[in-house]
Amino acid sequence: MKKNFFYIAIAFILFTSVSSCKKEDTGLTGNGPLTLHFDNRVGNDNFIMNTDVTIESGETINVSNLKYYVSNFVLVKEDGSEYTVPQEGNYFLIDESVDSSLEVTLQNIPAGNYTSIKYILGVDSLRSTMDVSQRTGALDPAGAGSDMYWSWNSGYIFFRIDATSPASTEVGNMCMFHVGGYGGYSTPSANNIRNITLSAPQTIHVRENENPEVHIFADILQAFKSPQVYSIATDGAVFHMAPGSGTKMANNYVDMFTIDHVHE
Amino acid sequence: MYMNKILKQPGAYNRPVAISKMKTLFLLFCVGLVTISSCNKTGNTKEEITFSSPSNFPAPKYNFNNNPVTTQGFELGRKLFYDVSLSRDNSTSCGTCHSSFSSFTHHGHAVSHGIDNKLGIRNAPPVMNMAWLDEFMWDGGINQLDMLPIAPIENPVEMDLEFADAVNKIRNNPAYPPLFKSAFGSEEVSGPRLLQALSQFMNMLVSANSKFDKWKRGEDGVTLTPEENEGYQLFAQKKCSSCHSTDLFTDQKFHNNGIKNSFLIDSGRTHITNRAEDIGKFKTPSLRNLQYTRPFMHDGSISTLEGVLDHYSSEVKISATLDTVLNNNGALGIPLTSDEKAKIIMFLNTLNDPGFVTDRRFAEQ
Repeated sequence: MKKNFFYIAIAFILFTSVSSCKKEDTGLTGNGPLTLHFDNRVGNDNFIMNTDVTIESGETINVSNLKYYVSNFVLVKEDGSEYTVPQEGNYFLIDESVDSSLEVTLQNIPAGNYTSIKYILGVDSLRSTMDVSQRTGALDPAGAGSDMYWSWNSGYIFFRIDATSPASTEVGNMCMFHVGGYGGYSTPSANNIRNITLSAPQTIHVRENENPEVHIFADILQAFKSPQVYSIATDGAVFHMAPGSGTKMANNYVDMFTIDHVHE
Repeated sequence: MYMNKILKQPGAYNRPVAISKMKTLFLLFCVGLVTISSCNKTGNTKEEITFSSPSNFPAPKYNFNNNPVTTQGFELGRKLFYDVSLSRDNSTSCGTCHSSFSSFTHHGHAVSHGIDNKLGIRNAPPVMNMAWLDEFMWDGGINQLDMLPIAPIENPVEMDLEFADAVNKIRNNPAYPPLFKSAFGSEEVSGPRLLQALSQFMNMLVSANSKFDKWKRGEDGVTLTPEENEGYQLFAQKKCSSCHSTDLFTDQKFHNNGIKNSFLIDSGRTHITNRAEDIGKFKTPSLRNLQYTRPFMHDGSISTLEGVLDHYSSEVKISATLDTVLNNNGALGIPLTSDEKAKIIMFLNTLNDPGFVTDRRFAEQ
């Protein structure tokens, strides 16, 4: 018993010293906002909807709809400690056709110096099966998420490109690249949730009275590029989750994001 | 319960006027209560709607904490269930393919018949005992009752309306906001509330008062005849109950029961899981209310119970994923004599629940 007390006391002392170390780390207090600007690109150029884009396979696509979910943001400080954004307000739908959706503002971030950002491209399995009353905002199938939810196969579409391409043999040369799949409810199935970690080229200073903006480039060419080239002729013009084509695209687009710069 | 709510209003105790008003309200409330109770006895006024789980059923899977059934929510759900405005051209409601008198199936239709006279590829399953399920549709693609209605509303051969547009149509119908207020406390019409109301209605569609249930629960001195009882024994001996298990008569799993040996038109469970081992597998349906739900099977291809038993005894088709219960080293199906078939059918008929299909509360008002 006495021995236990001893260990508890040691643990307590260690704990307090660690906590105090953390507090002294930057001496910063308070919370501030952090804005992430998702800038969809085609290689080095700005992405413009309804224009021809040549993908790695040499085929061209003309995109009419580009949307994806980004969620579960975790911010990493320069000392390696992490801040996880609370669940409420941690799901965002990036929609190229809605300017306001391209800027994601995370509120009440503890002041500090951050060096990298982690997030999920898609919606985690817990949220994908949550109670309907929790499906609000970006995840509301009757609202912002209306064309990002599969009604026939309960789950969100994580990443969606609708386009036309001469390479498509579908009616109207239609292309529908809809990637989803959180791993299945009772039977394991495609899991296309992808974790992304972006290092910032410069320290992101979150402060109580400042609003730094992280400018993230998202190169849609990468979704068709590597590690495996996506060819409309061979991989298909239309898929909905399909583990082959969908997973191939998910394995590609996981690398489409980079932090270009940070506005202080 | 209502009285408590009134008295708990902040500040009510500080104002004598309020107290006297409260007293009057309370008296009126009591008078109202007595009137309602007496009406109930004569059947002139509707009863309170509450959900309860029959004692011979397993525990429900639906989480009622998030969405308890109330009379107002049930009534709103019922109105929505029978509202054709949830379809693109105001032609088709949930009730179109799920009618109360046929245990919420599409009576006489092999496959469902939806908007623009389009046909689906599957037989409309009965909407009953939903609270005990957590995977819906023949392929189990939907894993929450609350999310289920979006599928038929959006399906191009059923109701063909974007769910967001459906919610907007309901929101803009002046009849609805007051009903949402009485069900959920405010007039806000939202997707989640609409879905929760439909769940309240569907959760109340409990069929558990068949002859079999009454016998099982020892109610009203109901007994099975010797033939029905023999049929029940055969049902277990012949392994029917290996899939049609519990008093829900479904294991809620997916099986290939040998109706077809090619699944190009409908791959079944594989449509959801993309796994080769799931090709041609469909969810085990309940065997309740078969009298009202013909034709049978996922594609509605068998129209009589005799035909169903003929299928299992001598017409099973082989394919890679055929259930092992139906394939004994190449001997297909379950051998049954005509006497055994007749007795099993007599047993199956004890699972019909006439009170369920004639319950006025569940019908279009």
